[in-house]
Amino acid sequence: MFQILSFKGTVNFLRHAVPISFLSMVLVLGSLASLATKGINWGLDFTGGTVVELEFEHAPNLENLRADLDHDSLSGAVIQNFGSTRDVLIRLQVKEGVKSDDQVNLVMDAARQVDKDVVQKRVEFVGPQVGKELAEQGGLAVLVALICILVYVSFRFEWRLAMGSVAALAHDVIVTLGVFSILQLEFDLTVLAGLLTVVGYSLNDTIVVYDRIRENFLKMRKGSPSDIVNASITQTMSRTIITTLTTLITVVALFLKGGSMIHGFATALLMGIMVGTYSSIYVASYLAIRLGISRDHMMPVEIEKEGADQPSMMP
Amino acid sequence: MLNKYPIWKNLMVVIVLIIGGFYALPNIFGEDPAVQVAGSRFAEVNVSTQTQLNDLLASNGIDVKKSELENDQLLFRLAHADDQLKAKELISSQLGDKYTVALNLAPATPEWLADLGGEPMKLGLDLRGGVHFLMEVDMSEAIRKMEEAKVADFRSQLRKERIRYSGIKIKSRGIEIKFRNEEALSKAEFLLKRINNEMVFTDVSTDAQQMLLAVMSEEYIKQVKNDAVSQNMTTIRNRVNQLGVAEPVVQRQGADRIIVELPGVQDTARAKEILGATASIELHMVDQNADVGRAVRGHVPAGSVLYYRRSGEPVVLKKKVILTGNYITDAQPSFDEYSRPQVSIGLDAKGGNIFSNATKDNVGKPMATLFIEYKDKGKRNPDGSVKLDKTAEVISVATIQQRLGRNFVINGLTQVESQELALLLRAGALIAPVSIVEERTIGPSLGAENIQNGLSAMIYGMAIVLVFMLIYYRAFGFIANLALSFNLIMVVAVMSMLSAVLTLPGIAGMVLTVGMAVDGNVLIYERIREELRAGRSVQQAIHEGYGNAFSTIADANITTFITALILFAIGTGAVKGFAVTLMIGIATSMFTSIVGTRAIVNALWGGKRIKKLSI
Repeated sequence: MFQILSFKGTVNFLRHAVPISFLSMVLVLGSLASLATKGINWGLDFTGGTVVELEFEHAPNLENLRADLDHDSLSGAVIQNFGSTRDVLIRLQVKEGVKSDDQVNLVMDAARQVDKDVVQKRVEFVGPQVGKELAEQGGLAVLVALICILVYVSFRFEWRLAMGSVAALAHDVIVTLGVFSILQLEFDLTVLAGLLTVVGYSLNDTIVVYDRIRENFLKMRKGSPSDIVNASITQTMSRTIITTLTTLITVVALFLKGGSMIHGFATALLMGIMVGTYSSIYVASYLAIRLGISRDHMMPVEIEKEGADQPSMMP
Repeated sequence: MLNKYPIWKNLMVVIVLIIGGFYALPNIFGEDPAVQVAGSRFAEVNVSTQTQLNDLLASNGIDVKKSELENDQLLFRLAHADDQLKAKELISSQLGDKYTVALNLAPATPEWLADLGGEPMKLGLDLRGGVHFLMEVDMSEAIRKMEEAKVADFRSQLRKERIRYSGIKIKSRGIEIKFRNEEALSKAEFLLKRINNEMVFTDVSTDAQQMLLAVMSEEYIKQVKNDAVSQNMTTIRNRVNQLGVAEPVVQRQGADRIIVELPGVQDTARAKEILGATASIELHMVDQNADVGRAVRGHVPAGSVLYYRRSGEPVVLKKKVILTGNYITDAQPSFDEYSRPQVSIGLDAKGGNIFSNATKDNVGKPMATLFIEYKDKGKRNPDGSVKLDKTAEVISVATIQQRLGRNFVINGLTQVESQELALLLRAGALIAPVSIVEERTIGPSLGAENIQNGLSAMIYGMAIVLVFMLIYYRAFGFIANLALSFNLIMVVAVMSMLSAVLTLPGIAGMVLTVGMAVDGNVLIYERIREELRAGRSVQQAIHEGYGNAFSTIADANITTFITALILFAIGTGAVKGFAVTLMIGIATSMFTSIVGTRAIVNALWGGKRIKKLSI
């Protein structure tokens, strides 16, 4: 058998739980602080405005292009390379009394001055109202997703575990958002999609561990909840690593080869999957223990005769 | 016996795989460059057009692979993409503007496959290039129009019953109807309530003034809004057809928005001009009693409005609309006996009735045609939505010579104007103005680039995962790889069957599915290894491995499915495409990784005495 990890016996993962959850706390607080101060670099989908993507024959000098685009109705325009040095992305803000088409025409005129064979690859305009609605809807979606999952996990497992899993998810979402905020990466609709996918994926990991915890509570007659959680994490460790690895491989392929239009999406997944894997151990499981999960909570309802040795079950 | 599938289960796996393979098949044939020709109300395409055009193309050296006549549309598949534009131009100049000629990419699915319902996935705009518009219907305008109509109704209803009122006005809180005394008010309230079910009337009299307030009921407002959107959609669909675009999409989104997608369109300026042109006509009687001079100074009689002609000459018109553009079924530019341009207009039956009644009572009186246009001048409402400016202009004043029926003419235009007006009227009037609130244009080269990027990400990602699984799990890894490959085929097959649209995030979803789908098999295999380590027999380890992992896999996948469902609900366009592929991928991967691999494992090792497993 070829094995990446081979554990002799159970690894005491929870021994490091206190310092690591402290680290988690720092990560979450740091992310929140960055979100509060720096905020998120909202993309076009959410703020509204116009984006023009141009492909030049030869790499243009961005400084000169900036100077050429110095026009009242274009003030505040952001010009940057996108993908390659020949590709340029220009972001225009919504201006009172100025039509998006006119802005695009001004940009094209200036670009043609630089290079008459410039190609307009993409133009996107989003009205400010639409963007605002989308931002509200997006926030709502993440919230609804978390609630649905809370309900499902409580139904399938137990409320302490459900709380643990939702805390882990909130942790993943906040930290991923935090990374986007600290690095000021653009947050658009595909990134939101990536974030929600992270929610689903991270939960996937958590559930695998929980499933084993439940099974072990029933199987292992001895041992404290911590022992059982440790054993469960150890047993599922190689699966967690392999699955994370294969998913990461494909996400890295998307990140490197998928092209600039889904770069943000791939970045969100990359962050989220790494954070999600770790949080399923140290946030989800640890919190469930802190909430006092015990063997009693795991018993199926019809367990009465088996549970005779447990006084708490017998009134 | 452990690890033996009943025949029906094996058969099911085989059948599912065959069906999956079959429906995925159309995707490998690619597309033919094609030119599509459709007729209109005034001209249809038939076999003779087909032969005529075939000859035309052949004589110009264009190689036609095949021409098809289906659903009143002609499709010419060309051998070379370079000929496409040339063929289109040849055909349009031959047929004239009564036909719609559009460039298309027709799936090159073989006929036997197509006959059995095989169709390739559709490519989203981000993969093929084109324009996406999100348009918003101005609801306040639709409601204002309806209120104006109500005011006119109330006037005639009250007058008919000889109930005296001292004024009717639209205010922000509703329509206010003023009376001189209480008796008139109660009589009017009784009458109006009986006739106008859709309005809610309340007595808002004060000491100084007897007054009735009429407000549209919630339900009626909903209906008005609904009608406004659906009528606008029909109109926009008609206009899109005039643009000559193959496979356009016109779809409703939410309460007041319409999505328009035009694949392959590059000339966005013209597309916008035609889609956004919110022009309509209204016919009003001229207020002959009004003193135009006094009106210009601001003393416009109640019930009338001051308008100007294009030449600047003022005209006072009655507020009441005799007829709106909504009833127009046909409008053609033509010339009168003095060769002056005019527009011949045809009305539908209802419009004809209304018009006939109105003109009967007004023979010998002047009637004016009002041309109304809403233009986006770049202004915005406080809430950020686009503010459209309304401009209204009298284009003609003519004396009604006789009772008019369903056909009449509008004159007093230049030739260009008459052609434009006819085009706009023919395409139907928008009941309420629309504005473009979102626009995305993707160039065709970017589309091709996106496909290329997506595919190479998929190939690299998948190759590494396959190699890894093979090394790590050996024989079982090979089985998982088979399942993974079939899973991809199944995703493509289901998407083709549902005619779902493939987008760039959709491809990303497929790539991600590849990475995540192995999870099912990893869970099972790790479990088998554990059981083997725990000293179980090979057969029992396999059995336990599959059995124990099942509920875990189900739980893990259901939660991912929930998030995908939420994404689908909130997402638009490309993100929806991602959610769809993710959902399909989860469903198919559960089948291939659990049932599919089990069938192979059972067939290879089930029921045999073996000591060691290649895992």
